[in-house]
Amino acid sequence: MTGKQQPRLEAAGITKMFGGIRALNDISLEVLPKQIVGIIGPNGAGKTTTFNVITGAYRPSTGEVRLDGKAVTAEPSHLIARAGISRTFQNIRLFGDMTVWEHLLVAQPHSDFTLRRLLPTRWADPQAFRRAEEILEFLKLADVKDRIARSLPYGIQRRVEIARAISARPKLLLLDEPVAGMNHDEADDIRRLILTLRDSGLSILLIDHDMAFVMNLCDYLYVLDFGVMIAQGRPDQIRSNPVVLDAYLGHAT
Amino acid sequence: MLLQQLVNGLTLGAVYTLIALSFSLVMGILGVLNLAIAELFMLGGYFGFAAILAKLPLPVALLAGMAGAALVAAVIERVGYQPFRDAPVVTPMLSTLGFSIILQNVATNIWGSDPLQLPDEVFGARFTLGPVSASAMQLTIVGATVVLVALLAFVVQRTALGRALRAVAENRDVARLLGVSAGPLTLLAFMLSGALAGAAGVLIGLHYAAITPYIGVEIGLKAIAVMVVGGTGRIWGALIAGPLIGVAEVMTTAYGGSQIRDFVVYGLMIVILLLRPQGLLGGARTEQGPRV
Repeated sequence: MTGKQQPRLEAAGITKMFGGIRALNDISLEVLPKQIVGIIGPNGAGKTTTFNVITGAYRPSTGEVRLDGKAVTAEPSHLIARAGISRTFQNIRLFGDMTVWEHLLVAQPHSDFTLRRLLPTRWADPQAFRRAEEILEFLKLADVKDRIARSLPYGIQRRVEIARAISARPKLLLLDEPVAGMNHDEADDIRRLILTLRDSGLSILLIDHDMAFVMNLCDYLYVLDFGVMIAQGRPDQIRSNPVVLDAYLGHAT
Repeated sequence: MLLQQLVNGLTLGAVYTLIALSFSLVMGILGVLNLAIAELFMLGGYFGFAAILAKLPLPVALLAGMAGAALVAAVIERVGYQPFRDAPVVTPMLSTLGFSIILQNVATNIWGSDPLQLPDEVFGARFTLGPVSASAMQLTIVGATVVLVALLAFVVQRTALGRALRAVAENRDVARLLGVSAGPLTLLAFMLSGALAGAAGVLIGLHYAAITPYIGVEIGLKAIAVMVVGGTGRIWGALIAGPLIGVAEVMTTAYGGSQIRDFVVYGLMIVILLLRPQGLLGGARTEQGPRV
């Protein structure tokens, strides 16, 4: 890691208490521009809680979250989203009655109340309309544009969720187990997609259990166990780290 | 005779539909039963009456009723809902119950508890087609309802605001994580809901050519029944349930006697609650993941 570069995301000294339970204990991590960073760790290690703190869904008990050097800690989550952090969910959360196309429009940057927003989107916001078309092409979703998203096969729903997340124009994309439940080919599709997104300028922070997937994809890894950051480093360093092997790899496989 | 009753039932059903949509807009988006909607309906009627008595044309009266009710709805949202946003749903419901009673009281103080009558000559014309006869007012009610429902459907289904509303209704937390600001949309939902109730008030007031401060209670409760029959989670359920209950009510009165009318309407509601709690239109609402 180069010392000088301004990190896209910094989480510094995050602690999150739930009642008396210390779900996260003094977690610090950073994601550099155009970097793919992974968080790994056993179930219950606090990975998704970390995501929830970064996106403003949870207010950390202590610590600070900064995006491009600017503190966004515990801001309302819609403002954090507009500042440039977007995410997907481990258990897919698409909107029940919406088509794929509508999912791409709902997350377009918002200016709250203007009469223009009462016009059909094609005229009200041609820019949003074109961008949605681009994303549709880019994620190979054009064929299912008008289908209700939740009626689609699981692998495609995952793509729709990623499409929805990037339609919000994030600088940082958080992916919560993007290949959970996918077969090898589907996972490989997602891997290539993530690389393309990185090349287009996005920074990516992801959680996954699939070690091969994470090791192949990530530039840098953080290892969580019971809310404590027990290791960090490049994939090759993590692979041979005895603490990690003991805490995670040992009883995960 | 049967056709005539059908026409009368559809007229009543149109008004029920509007109020039920008003309830289910707020219910669908916030999961809160805004009990003051019954009084927004009543106030809309008074605002509309005031406009008609001031010799303003009907469309203006309708708009006056909608705008007035929408403004009161905005106050209710700011004072009676927003502060209790994170409280259990029964809390804002109780506060809207308080608003409901206060508004009834305000109306009684301003307009008195006697019915306010409209002079006979307003909208007296009747149109006859074969055995069926409909008053100009009945046609206006059905026509206005169709237009309002179409407008609402357009806003909700086709515009950016509507998409944002649906996203918040479906999952407020996910919508916010996508940059949708839920606060202004909540206000919008209350105001749209108020405008619909206000329109219904103007229409029913003109239909009966009379209005009292208590008109909202009976019809408001019936609209809740309509919403339940249509499905509380699906706002468009009211489009089927409104005419259905209107016709059922008129038919019961015509052929069975008015004393069993409410028995049929609320009986239907209870049967639906027992057998099909998601309502006529509600699909199975599964795969609702835990909230963020």
